[in-house]
Amino acid sequence: MKDISKHIEDLVRKASFSLRKDIEKALEKAYHQEKEKKAKMALGWILENAKIAEKEKIALCQDTGLPVIFIEAGNDVKLTAALLKRVRDAVLGAYKDNCLRPSLVDPLTRNNPQYQGLIEHIIFLPKAKGLRITILPKGFGSENKTQLKMFEPTAQIKQIEEFIVNCVKEAGPESCPPFFLGIGIGGTSEYALYLAKKALLDKIDSPNNDKFLRTLEKRILSKINSLKIGPMGLGGKFTALAVKIKKSQTHIAGLPVGVNISCHALRSATIKIK
Amino acid sequence: MKKINGPLDKKNIQGLKAGELILFSGTFYTARDQAHKILVELMGKGKKLPLDLKNQIIYYCGPTKTPPGRVIGSCGPTTSARMDSFTKPLLENGISAMVGKGRRTKSIIRLIKKHRAIYFLAPAGCGALLSKFILAKKLICFRHLGPEAIYSLKVKEFPLIVGIDWQGRSIYEKET
Repeated sequence: MKDISKHIEDLVRKASFSLRKDIEKALEKAYHQEKEKKAKMALGWILENAKIAEKEKIALCQDTGLPVIFIEAGNDVKLTAALLKRVRDAVLGAYKDNCLRPSLVDPLTRNNPQYQGLIEHIIFLPKAKGLRITILPKGFGSENKTQLKMFEPTAQIKQIEEFIVNCVKEAGPESCPPFFLGIGIGGTSEYALYLAKKALLDKIDSPNNDKFLRTLEKRILSKINSLKIGPMGLGGKFTALAVKIKKSQTHIAGLPVGVNISCHALRSATIKIK
Repeated sequence: MKKINGPLDKKNIQGLKAGELILFSGTFYTARDQAHKILVELMGKGKKLPLDLKNQIIYYCGPTKTPPGRVIGSCGPTTSARMDSFTKPLLENGISAMVGKGRRTKSIIRLIKKHRAIYFLAPAGCGALLSKFILAKKLICFRHLGPEAIYSLKVKEFPLIVGIDWQGRSIYEKET
C-alpha cells in the first residue's frame, strides 16, 4: 500500500483547515438569507474565518477536537493490527506536526500526555472494495451537549421531536450555532449515539433515502430554527442548518434516541485507498 | 463601532451596554478550566498568585500550538459556563472583565453587577480569524498545562460584543 501516513496527514490537514464544501455552501446560503444585522455579522465572521484557515493553513478552531476515525474495509482489504497501528500513529503524528492542539488528557488526573489517544470505529463492508478512512475531529463545546434518552416503545414521534429540540435549547449559544444535528434512533444505548455521530458524516445536501425520516428531519429543523438562538446566540433565522437521522432495529421494550450536536465548523474528511 | 484601548478602567466599562460591538486593543490573559482551578486553590490557601489580576481581562481560551512564522495559532473562546464556579474569587481578586462564549448563570450576572465588571463575547468558533488580531503571545505561568497555561496576549482591534454589562444587563433574554 502506498505511503498511508502521507495520505492520512493530508486527511487530517483537510479536516482541520478546510470547511467541508457542503457545510460551506450551507453557511454561505444562511449568510445571504439572514436579515437580522447582528446574526448576519456573526455568520460573516464564520465565513471569513474559514477563508483565513484555508488560505493560511491554520486550524479553523482552536479546539481541533478529539479525533474520531472511521475505518471501513471492503472484502479485498486485509485489515491487520499493524495496519490499524499505522493509521493511528499517522493521525497522531499529523496532529503533532501541524500544531493542532493536544487536547487529550487522562479523564481523572487531567494529565496531558501530548498527542496520544483517539477513538476509532471499524466497519467491515463485505460488498465493497478498498479501504475508506474518515476523520471527524470532534470539538467538545458541542460534544458536551450530547444526550441519550431511552424512550418507551409506545412513545409518540412528537415526544422524540420535543426531546431533540430541547437538546438544542440546552446546548444554546455556547456550543457554537448554527448547528448540524446527528440523530440516532434505535439499537442499544451506545449504538444510538454511534449512529448519531455517524449521521454527521452524511453530506447535508443529499437527502435521506427514507421518506419518513426525511420529513421528520425537516420538521425538527424547522422547530429548532423557531428557537431563534442563532450564531453566538444573536438570534436570526438559523439555529441549525441540518438535521440528519439514522435508524436501526431495536428491542421490543425500548426506543433509544441519541443526539449528537456539531458546532458550525462540522469538520470531516474521507479518503479512499485502493 | 467603538474603539477602546486597555487597560479597561471603570470609566470605559461604564460606558458600555449589553449588545454593543467594540474593537479592543490591549492585553488579555488566557485562562480556562485547569488554570482557574489552580488559581482558586492558591487563593484558598492564601498564597501569592503568579500574576496580578487587578483590572485584568481574562480570556477563556486555550490556543493551538503556534505554527512556525506566526504569532499564535487558532485562538477562539471556549465555553464560559464552565468557569462560572471559579468566577467569584477571580472577581474578588480584581479582574475587570471576562471574554468567552455563551451564557452565564444568574449568580454570575449579579456578581458582575456587584463588582462593576463586564463580560464580553468573542466571535465563537472563529479561532483562525481571531489570530489576526493578536500581536504578541507570552507564557506567564502554568507551563505544564500546555494549551491551558496562562498566556498574555497583546491584541489590536479585537472584536467583542458586550454580553453582560456592568449594570447586569445581558444580551441573552433568558439566563439559566
